[in-house]
Amino acid sequence: MDLLKYTLKRFAYMAVTLWLIITVTFFLMHMLPGSPLRNEEKLPPQLKEQILREYGLKDPLHVQYFRYLGGLLKGDLGTSLTFDGRKVTDMVLEGFPASAQLGLQAILFGSIIGIILGVIAGLKRGSWIDNMATVIAILGVSVPGFVVAAVLSYVVGLKLGWFPVALWGTWEHTVLPTLALSGLVIAQISRYIRTEMVEVMEQDYIKTAKAKGLASNAIIFKHALRNALIPAVTILGPMTVNIMTGSMTVELIFAIPGMGKLFVETITNNDYTMILGVTIFYSAFLLLAIFIVDILYGLIDPRIRITQGGKE
Amino acid sequence: MSTVLEVRNLQVSFKTHGGEVQAVRGVSFDLKEGETIAIVGESGCGKSVTSQTIMRLLPSPPSVIKGGEILFDGKDLTKVSEKEMEKIRGTQIAMIFQDPMTSLNPTMTVGSQIMEGIIKHQKMNKADAKKKAIEMLRLVGIPSPEKRFNQYPHQFSGGMRQRAMIAIALACAPKVLIADEPTTALDVTIQAQIIDLMKDLQKKIKTSIILITHDLGVVADIAERVVVMYAGKVVESGKLEEIFYNPKHPYTWGLLASMPRLDQTSDQELLPIPGTPPDLFKPPKGCPFAARCKHAMKICLEEMPDTTEVSSTHQVACWLTHPMAPKVEPPAAAVGGE
Repeated sequence: MDLLKYTLKRFAYMAVTLWLIITVTFFLMHMLPGSPLRNEEKLPPQLKEQILREYGLKDPLHVQYFRYLGGLLKGDLGTSLTFDGRKVTDMVLEGFPASAQLGLQAILFGSIIGIILGVIAGLKRGSWIDNMATVIAILGVSVPGFVVAAVLSYVVGLKLGWFPVALWGTWEHTVLPTLALSGLVIAQISRYIRTEMVEVMEQDYIKTAKAKGLASNAIIFKHALRNALIPAVTILGPMTVNIMTGSMTVELIFAIPGMGKLFVETITNNDYTMILGVTIFYSAFLLLAIFIVDILYGLIDPRIRITQGGKE
Repeated sequence: MSTVLEVRNLQVSFKTHGGEVQAVRGVSFDLKEGETIAIVGESGCGKSVTSQTIMRLLPSPPSVIKGGEILFDGKDLTKVSEKEMEKIRGTQIAMIFQDPMTSLNPTMTVGSQIMEGIIKHQKMNKADAKKKAIEMLRLVGIPSPEKRFNQYPHQFSGGMRQRAMIAIALACAPKVLIADEPTTALDVTIQAQIIDLMKDLQKKIKTSIILITHDLGVVADIAERVVVMYAGKVVESGKLEEIFYNPKHPYTWGLLASMPRLDQTSDQELLPIPGTPPDLFKPPKGCPFAARCKHAMKICLEEMPDTTEVSSTHQVACWLTHPMAPKVEPPAAAVGGE
């Protein structure tokens, strides 16, 4: 019951946050110099006027704002100004699946490898595996994704011919971009897990577990890992959102029809409705991810569980 | 009474970047069936290292067993493999620790933490292990154990957690229970409860107890024999009465004089032992207490005294027991005289 109440409250806060984001983005966007037709220099001024009026962009700003909010409540994100009157909702939903699939794969793969690497590095401090994990983490953070993507595409795709060089379609197409995206995930997760493992293994309860006569595997997996996961879960939320909403460069290199591409094109074109639509989608997704992380926290660590059960 | 555990000339060091710390430098004692002995001494005297070495809990490196034997059940525990040790820990020798607030895993229910050892060692299925765990919770005096079984450590108070720790330790009815400062982190009223519980369960389960503490009040309450350690060595050992009423070592005098007594008047001050223990990177070649000892003689700085028998149960390592040494009486504050 408490959980339901908590969830409802969280959703109310999320709605308010989202409204604030929409409002701020809406007005900021209209303060930007230029207009959606800035790049259409050949259009005669009268025609521009007419188009702007048609889209309602000549109305006072507050009228536009309330009209937009009204549309939102009906689930209408508006019509794109650059892509020949296509619905923003359709475009986002078109680009999202590819980005989401790639992102999810990268997060899963990266987390698993990152956790394994981090655990081993933390348990065997100073060993070659630990050193290797450090090198991987430094590379993963400092080498940009597009360099990894280009190298993978060239070496594994073109030279070795193991996987398709680019494009989208079968599962094979997802392998290389997934690898390229997961570099950062592996790097960050393995670092967090390593640091935590080192700390957790020195805790008293690990000594208790050992004094019970448990084998070291049981100690590591039942007692240490779960406690070491908590900080990693914190970064997992925002990271998932970042990756699932598409990496512009990686999607560009592998010619993937995802959301990353959408982002860039709309911003350079002052496509008001598209910018707002993408922002709203991104924010809502982020808020949801943070909410899920909070729930996950409670599953992993009973001390931060939402339901009341304090001391008796 | 037969001997359950015998420690002979145990030496344990820690290898660090700064050199080798000789934490335990030749400790010997034995533990009889059903008996409680107390190992006392100030921080850093090697009492915890000794007890954790018996359980082989210290990670190696940095710790190294340099010599000596730990005889238990026909085996030398300094030599058995890690796999064999897993079978001894928890079933034959169990341990409870100083800080109950941090000794339980915060992300697991108390019940499952008790069950773990039972399932592993007694090959029980989950349902039976659960029954046994609830029975253990009841045995250590935790009210409504069925409900408590499913709770997490943060829902327990400090005293409750120490009770839960005792339940974990005694779940497989071990022959030896090592209690490493079990009451230090608890309120005085709770301390007494925990000590009473340990005494009570010792009778029921017939366990021998090694109690590590620096609290002589607790020692007087529960121990039958006392081992006094200083700077990695045993300086005096004997029956409780022998140590409390007829102490022979100046360090033991110091310990007793620094403890408040009921027969003390309010204007009598507690007497701390001046100075600090020696650096165990470079332990002195003579008696380690010589630098802090009022009665130190030339020989004390030169050579470590041998152990002398005061009685068949009472041993002391001090040059003052030598026939040629001057007669020194223990200070009144130590033996309770006026």
